[in-house]
Amino acid sequence: MSAVETSRTIVVTINGTEYEREVEARKLLIHFIRDDLDLTGSHIGCDTGNCGACSVIVDGTLVKSCMMLAVQADGASVETVEGLSEGGELTALQQAFSDHHALQCGYCTPGMLMSATALLRANPSPGDDEIKKALQGNICRCTGYWNIFEAVKAASR
Amino acid sequence: MLLREVGYAKPSSVADALAILAENDGARALAGGQTLVNVMKARAASPDVLVDLNGIEELKGIDLAADGTLSIGPMTTYSEIMASAEARARPILGEVCAQIADVQVRNRGTIGGNICANDPTNHLPPLLAAIGATMTIRGAGGERTVPAHEFFVGVYLTAVGVGELLTRIEIPAGKGDGFAAVTLGADGTCIANAAASVNGSVRVALGCVAATPVVVEPASADDDAVRDAVRGAGIDPPGDVHASAEYRTHLAEVLAVRATREAKGRA
Repeated sequence: MSAVETSRTIVVTINGTEYEREVEARKLLIHFIRDDLDLTGSHIGCDTGNCGACSVIVDGTLVKSCMMLAVQADGASVETVEGLSEGGELTALQQAFSDHHALQCGYCTPGMLMSATALLRANPSPGDDEIKKALQGNICRCTGYWNIFEAVKAASR
Repeated sequence: MLLREVGYAKPSSVADALAILAENDGARALAGGQTLVNVMKARAASPDVLVDLNGIEELKGIDLAADGTLSIGPMTTYSEIMASAEARARPILGEVCAQIADVQVRNRGTIGGNICANDPTNHLPPLLAAIGATMTIRGAGGERTVPAHEFFVGVYLTAVGVGELLTRIEIPAGKGDGFAAVTLGADGTCIANAAASVNGSVRVALGCVAATPVVVEPASADDDAVRDAVRGAGIDPPGDVHASAEYRTHLAEVLAVRATREAKGRA
């Protein structure tokens, strides 16, 4: 029978770097990323699964990391916003966010970037409705949705 | 939010999961976690042990039998149902899954989690009731299969008892289905919803108006017959900040007609 444990040692690869840490079972993935690994690019907005600021890509799948336990990421490969640019060079999507003034306060931006990245990987030429649908799980309380939409559209091909 | 301290196990078989559930008081199955993790944050649920079902392959996947029957593992995610060629045998399934919340939630949320949570505002309980799904439940006492009207027992309650697991969802062949909802924002929580199936007989299931889906069987798929059937059900829905009881009653009738028209058009 599988063991019941209140903490366990996990191995998680984040943005290509492997981390081995002991974590409590109750720890959410977002807290592991931010507090244990000091990767504070991913944000906690609502902590109720609504806002999407904590969105990360786990084994190729976009998820909200406040609704997943860190122990559930054992063995997984996780991508956060810090992993997007390579050698300080922005991705086309990040550059488009800058060009289109797609961030105001910037709090939602890491989640928006991860959702749009996941979209463009699966569908490099999304239609307008597909872009809107893909960003549905990310809330911008500056309500700057239009420029975010324009940026994702510009990064599409 | 820091959760209360909790034990965690990740079994790789249903037998192993059932053994852990049996041996640990206060143990609870963790499916996609898109509801449970949040209610744990709010302390509305406080399990002592989480039995993570994500490592159990036998609870995943979709099989299409030669007669058109779909057999869906409860740990299949909404996104997997939407992408599945087999699931297109009953197109309404993927269509309704695409209306649940957002991409991130659909990537982790599961069909089994949706119906086992049995929140009265969920999409899938009325849908599965309308299309005549049956659920297989396994526990220490063996395995049994129950129809939807026996599966949904009360608010947050199903026929899956303590120490048991939902292991399979079977859906018969058919394509004359419809679904209609009034939601809080696009693809948001349902204020009222209705699912209809016109495959031989007519069956309509109303969501958000009672503890469990209210199933009515109109004499025909005509608007008047559907309205009569909904009125005859004598529903007494709750009223809240989003809709009064009177308005929900009105919506139930309107949505039943919309869902049935859609179903009829595809039958």
